Amino acid sequence: MRVLFKHIDIPDIDRLEVYRREGGYKALEKVVREMTPEQVIETVTASGLRGRGGAGFPTGRKWSFIPKDSTLRKYLCCNADESEPGTFKDRELMLRNPHQLLEGIAIACRAIGAERAFIYVRGEYTEPANKLKRALNEAVEQGMLGKRIFGSDFSVEIDIVRGAGAYICGEETALLNSLEGQRGEPRLRPPFPAVKGLYESPTVVNNVETLSNVPHIILNGAEWFASIGTAKSTGTKIFSVSGCVNNPGNYELPMGVSARELIFEHAGGVRGGGHVKAFIPGGSSTPMLTAKHLDVALDFESVAEAGSMLGSAGFMVLSENVCIVRAVLNMARFYAHESCGKCTPCREGTRWMVNMLESIEAGGGRPDHIARLVDVANNINGRSFCALGDASAQPVLSSIKHFREEYEEHIAQRRCPYPSWSFSY
Amino acid sequence: MYGAEVRWIGNEMLSEKLHSYIEEIAVGLPSRRSALLEAFHVVQNEYGCLPDEAVFEVADILEVAPADALAAASFYTMYSTKPQGKYVLDVCVTLSCSLMGGEHLLEYLSNKLGIGVGETTPDGLFTLRAVQCLGDCGKAPVMMVGGRYYENLTPDKVDALLDELRKNQ
Repeated sequence: MRVLFKHIDIPDIDRLEVYRREGGYKALEKVVREMTPEQVIETVTASGLRGRGGAGFPTGRKWSFIPKDSTLRKYLCCNADESEPGTFKDRELMLRNPHQLLEGIAIACRAIGAERAFIYVRGEYTEPANKLKRALNEAVEQGMLGKRIFGSDFSVEIDIVRGAGAYICGEETALLNSLEGQRGEPRLRPPFPAVKGLYESPTVVNNVETLSNVPHIILNGAEWFASIGTAKSTGTKIFSVSGCVNNPGNYELPMGVSARELIFEHAGGVRGGGHVKAFIPGGSSTPMLTAKHLDVALDFESVAEAGSMLGSAGFMVLSENVCIVRAVLNMARFYAHESCGKCTPCREGTRWMVNMLESIEAGGGRPDHIARLVDVANNINGRSFCALGDASAQPVLSSIKHFREEYEEHIAQRRCPYPSWSFSY
Repeated sequence: MYGAEVRWIGNEMLSEKLHSYIEEIAVGLPSRRSALLEAFHVVQNEYGCLPDEAVFEVADILEVAPADALAAASFYTMYSTKPQGKYVLDVCVTLSCSLMGGEHLLEYLSNKLGIGVGETTPDGLFTLRAVQCLGDCGKAPVMMVGGRYYENLTPDKVDALLDELRKNQ
């Protein structure tokens, strides 16, 4: 079942004429000519589309929060700051089918009454940003985007803005600060961006994959979209599979596919043989699950019930040959590096966790380190401005919950019992 | 700080072309300040790094307080205040790349180039850096050089790439 990757095998689908030939910009034309903004919001709400960036918030509802009576300008920001470890779907969506995203952005602008949109692309994504720029220029030249779209009174100006290397800018309020030329530190919420966002104006921030779904929902209808996936997690999801699998890559599948099917039928099974020790379902910020959870359906509700989160669906597989402590240390270093330093628990705690994990992995761990790790993680979790702090606690807490004996083994043996890892060469 | 500010006042290190390019971006945006990140990118692209003097000059163009601009410049990992090699080798060491040998690759490059992580070769050609997730985990291990991604890397592929970059210099 392909929706977003429907066109993936069509050569030059990134060119406007090819995209148009395949039905591209028909949804935007329909929205501009035949639908009111309210109808667009109603359709997207009825489709059940939820945010694909990680939080899973209903997209139509988010749009409906934009005040109708406000005289302020409204903005749409597309979050293309894909930086969650294990996630690489937005990169492929922008590289392969930039017009699909641009069309989704224009429709979203129409729905919320915005005439200006910004695509915040992470600084490292030079190639996707260039693809988008070329597509944008083509579409503006042909009157699909820009001033008076399809001869109507609706105009939308889209800017492609580069970030400069900061994981935290994927957090929506940090993204807004970054767009304003500030340090990418998160803002206190409320007020939420819908009320006071970019330049203190009503703003919607949506992920690349979320917006890429919108043209298909408009063309095929809310019912069609809601018929894919599960009752509460509708549509498809792009699962970015990496780690110890034979065929890593992006797989677009209906929401609710099992972890087992994803690993063994799509991603080619475990690399180097052996069994799955753990998997991280939604990017490194989501708690790891174990082989016991292989039959969990990958949709927002089922993964939450199993004690984790679907997140961005950056799905990482750890085989039996992977040392859990070393994997957690790797993720802990990531959060310590990316903490913006604004909140003390996150700034200090992420570093303390790295220090303890380094000791344990190097054979210098003490038995009380395990309880202290849990204590530090619990004191970051829920005690910082944004989700980065909470995220940093998840690998530590979930690994101790499921693999406590591996920590104990490291401490008792005063060494890491696993060989150095490299599953490629 | 005051010393730096004195140097900043009246200092013209950026070319006229850069000035007008930055001005052009600023005019097109709802707030001039929003052009800051892009301006830093183009300056670094031109000079190979982003020295404080350049930051202050950009601040002046965009009507941002110098200290404020410096705070922003220091926040983002892609900006370097120190001169770097012509080619910056950004090797990803986050989990999916690490599992596939990201750190081995880093060590290999470090030995081959005879420099530590964060250092630049004496000929000024290569700077070696370890970076966090580049968002291409399906093709691990990955390295970014000059905005381009090199994927599924092995020591052989790295050798070939270094040779190619040396030829292009």
